Amino acid sequence: MNIYEQQTKNKRLTAVIMVVFVAFFLFLGLGFDFFYASFQPQDQAVFTENYDGYYEAEVKNQPIPYGTIIAFIVACFMVGNSALNGAQMVLKSTMARRAKSSNPKEKQFLNIVSEMSIASGLPKPRAYIVPDMDLNAFATGFSPEKSYIAVTQGLIAELNREELQAVVAHEMSHIRNYDIRLMTIVSALMGAIVLLRDFTARRMFYGRGRSSSSSNRSGGGPIMIAIFVLWIIALIFAPFLSRVLAMAISRKREYLADASAAELTRNPKGLISALEKIRNAVMPTKKINNGVAHMCITDPRGSLIEEKLGFTADLLASHPPMEKRILALKVMSYQQ
Amino acid sequence: MTIPVIVIALLIVGAIVIYNGLVNLKHQVDNAFKQIDIQLKRRHDLIPNLVNSVKGEMKFESETLEKVVQARAGAVNASKSGSMGDIAANEGLLSQALGKLLAISENYPNLKAIEAVKKLMEELAHTENALSFARQLYNDLVTKFNIKQQVFPNNLFASMLGFIPAVLFELPKDSKERENVKVEF
Repeated sequence: MNIYEQQTKNKRLTAVIMVVFVAFFLFLGLGFDFFYASFQPQDQAVFTENYDGYYEAEVKNQPIPYGTIIAFIVACFMVGNSALNGAQMVLKSTMARRAKSSNPKEKQFLNIVSEMSIASGLPKPRAYIVPDMDLNAFATGFSPEKSYIAVTQGLIAELNREELQAVVAHEMSHIRNYDIRLMTIVSALMGAIVLLRDFTARRMFYGRGRSSSSSNRSGGGPIMIAIFVLWIIALIFAPFLSRVLAMAISRKREYLADASAAELTRNPKGLISALEKIRNAVMPTKKINNGVAHMCITDPRGSLIEEKLGFTADLLASHPPMEKRILALKVMSYQQ
Repeated sequence: MTIPVIVIALLIVGAIVIYNGLVNLKHQVDNAFKQIDIQLKRRHDLIPNLVNSVKGEMKFESETLEKVVQARAGAVNASKSGSMGDIAANEGLLSQALGKLLAISENYPNLKAIEAVKKLMEELAHTENALSFARQLYNDLVTKFNIKQQVFPNNLFASMLGFIPAVLFELPKDSKERENVKVEF
């Protein structure tokens, strides 16, 4: 697969995820309308005789799906927000700060970033430092024109110039492939879904005041019950499913980024020794939370999950086992 | 009647597509060459500072230092006047002289203690890396540009549209950088 295919694939997948996100919100909003806000579009008007002897049309249920409309507006706002401010949100969540050129080690990092931007022919990304002593790095942004590379304090302290260059090249290839766009959007939307789950869970337990008429209806048919169950399940499992999705998206892209990094620096050995150093630092990266895990060069939860093989690991690990990645690079450097 | 018209229309559209693709690549090649140029200028500016700051510690290596200064002067001259081959040859000599200086500087641990020298060494390493990456990108783009001119059917149009193959930024054949390094004890 070449870079251009990867780029178009990532852009398309980002658009699909945005649409799915909006659709998911619409589904939740519609469910809310049906089960809680007594919305029923095909309700017939009931004619009752009033005191003056006239027949008056009265519709018991309100015909406007407020929940759906609100959900749609909120979803569109969130998608737009994640595209515009996603990168800043990610950086803020890790407490990253700009790299300073007064510090010699950070100056070196800045120099390396500009070298790799020359090597890849892309605009220079902004360099950030995450104040954490573990070894990790990630890239974020919506497009290569406005992108960010962040590394932990521990990384620039432990790695030598060659290894740091390899790590920056790895992140640079994520930027070039538009992986950053996909990952940043997924990250921002994942946060939104967790928020929504918490909000609606509270609403369900405490806010059942208006649902007396609709609860009769939801008991009406087996189809309605099935839909109701599906709705609840979607609500509860959305954060978990979105996490699994994020992990699956991320894992495949790591091999490709490793390979492109080696191609950019023409030096697979640098990345091999960098990955080995990162692997040996088993401490979890505390400043990086789960929402950003899939963006990092290695799993910030420590290397415990990554080393395991098998189904659960495949489902939950955001990165392929380090051993496999190092092996792939070794094969590459042997071929050279 | 309609068939010749369609054929001509297709030919014109094809020529436009080829032309646009080539123009696009040509600008990328030019831009990549500018990157090399920027790095070469940085390198030329950096060397006098470096030589001055290490002169005190490396008294016994005046020959090596002299060579660096000479190679720089040659490279600066070449960049003002010379062709691509001339520039590449002189820069090759400069790279070699600098490489030797850096290797010898390893024998002077005192140098590493000087903050200014440390800073300059990092700057030099950065410039050398940036230069080689700029050259790498330039050569990759030139290769792409030249291939695009020479494949069929582009080769029918390319020269007609005024495109000529670009030159790779290579070290000349007799450059010492291409020779194997001899290790003497």
